[in-house]
Amino acid sequence: MASASTTDIPRHTALVRVTHWLTVISFLALLITGAEIVVSHPRFYWGETGNVNTTPLFTIHIPSSRDTVPTGYKTVMPDQNGWSRYLHFQAAWLVVLTGLVYALSSLLNGHFKRDLVPAPPDRSWRAFREVIACYLRRAPPGESHSDVHSYNVVQRTSYLAVIFILFPLVIWTGLALSPAFDSAVPAAVNILGGRQSARTLHFFISISLVLFLIVHVTMVALAGFRTRMRAMITGRLKPTLPGSQAGPQPQPQPQLQPQQELP
Amino acid sequence: MKPISRRKLIATGIAATAGIAGLTTADRIARRYGLIPPDHGGFYGPGETLTYAAQRILTAHSLAREFPRGMISKSPFANEVAPPNAAFLQHQAAGFSTWRLAVDGMVARPTSFSLSDLRALPIRSQITEVVCEEGWSYVAEWIGTPLTEVLTAVGPLPQARYVVYSSIDGLFWDSIDMADALHPQTLLTLGMNDGDLPVRFGGPLRLRVPRQLGYKSVKYITRLTLTDSLKHFGKGLGSAAPEYGYAWYAGI
Repeated sequence: MASASTTDIPRHTALVRVTHWLTVISFLALLITGAEIVVSHPRFYWGETGNVNTTPLFTIHIPSSRDTVPTGYKTVMPDQNGWSRYLHFQAAWLVVLTGLVYALSSLLNGHFKRDLVPAPPDRSWRAFREVIACYLRRAPPGESHSDVHSYNVVQRTSYLAVIFILFPLVIWTGLALSPAFDSAVPAAVNILGGRQSARTLHFFISISLVLFLIVHVTMVALAGFRTRMRAMITGRLKPTLPGSQAGPQPQPQPQLQPQQELP
Repeated sequence: MKPISRRKLIATGIAATAGIAGLTTADRIARRYGLIPPDHGGFYGPGETLTYAAQRILTAHSLAREFPRGMISKSPFANEVAPPNAAFLQHQAAGFSTWRLAVDGMVARPTSFSLSDLRALPIRSQITEVVCEEGWSYVAEWIGTPLTEVLTAVGPLPQARYVVYSSIDGLFWDSIDMADALHPQTLLTLGMNDGDLPVRFGGPLRLRVPRQLGYKSVKYITRLTLTDSLKHFGKGLGSAAPEYGYAWYAGI
């Protein structure tokens, strides 16, 4: 107990840390290459078909990397689609395989149940509102809750939504853009209302993931960028000031058996 | 401490051996069943190989989606192509009656087909979508001779694994594996929407590969070569596309 590291509180398992950073790398690669691909046709449509001769649902007002797209700009950006497409699909494989490893092990080792599914008393709009109110007062929501080192109901719900709704949707809408995949599973694109609808949805779901990323990184910064980054890299969190742990706690902080609690 | 580290060492050793054996087996199976694309080298090789292998297994016999006549696009779009060369203009002046499709390589009977020879073979039509890698698309009816009919006529040798096809300008050339070459929807296209195939859309002869993106459907086809290896075509990457940085396999 003398050295600092033994008093550190374990926060993230090696599996969570490795899959988190692999996801970060893949997601950034997907985001940059996805944006490059959009530049080659910054117009979005609804339905099965769409091209420069048809009316778009909306247009992103940027120069394109193709001179065939009427953008209103004289500039034609350099074509980056070749490597962007190669990297987009390579990163997609990486994030899908990483996600499968993460999801399967988290089901088996109880990470979802323990750390992400809201506890029964928190499964209410009231609990949700309380946390949001804490955020709005800029008070650390953990303090009003059972365990300062655990995720609150808003965090848990957001993570679950990203893991079980946004990621599956972005993978589905992405696969629906593959003509070969659609030949094997036509329903994948037909249910979405056609190829161009799938492309537009893929774009909006990606935007949702970017919004999550912005909020996530902002919250990490507000909560203490260095300590949170350290926790996601080394897996350990330095104990917070004694005062902040003095809130109402149904269970004593299991400092002596750190292995039991993995918030 | 020692027994634990020894156990760990043995476990790691077994895991590593299993991993290497697994990868070796996967590699052997992939090679045996032709699941490795010609542009499998380099940084993007793993992703490209996974995509091609997974889609080859998944789409072995699947058909590209076909659409009802009412969904044919009123205003299809065609990318600009390089200005036609002198040879093309000569054929065009002759109403394309001089156009030839040479089929050679690993075939029992190398043959040169005129467009009317192709029309004499069974003709099919399909209403499928052209999907550009840029994101846009349109639906059209495509009329022509299935590639498989031409292949039957020339008799592919059993060792043929790819069909290399090239455009009259020689700049655009590509290749597909036998799974796509023998696919019923792979069409040597002569007509579009009940008329002749317009030059803008690849007329007089375009190879439509509807399960892959538009850039695999090369326009102005004059030659098909059957081969067991793509090593000696261009830079050995299977098509002109990877030489411009684009993937050989375009099912995604």
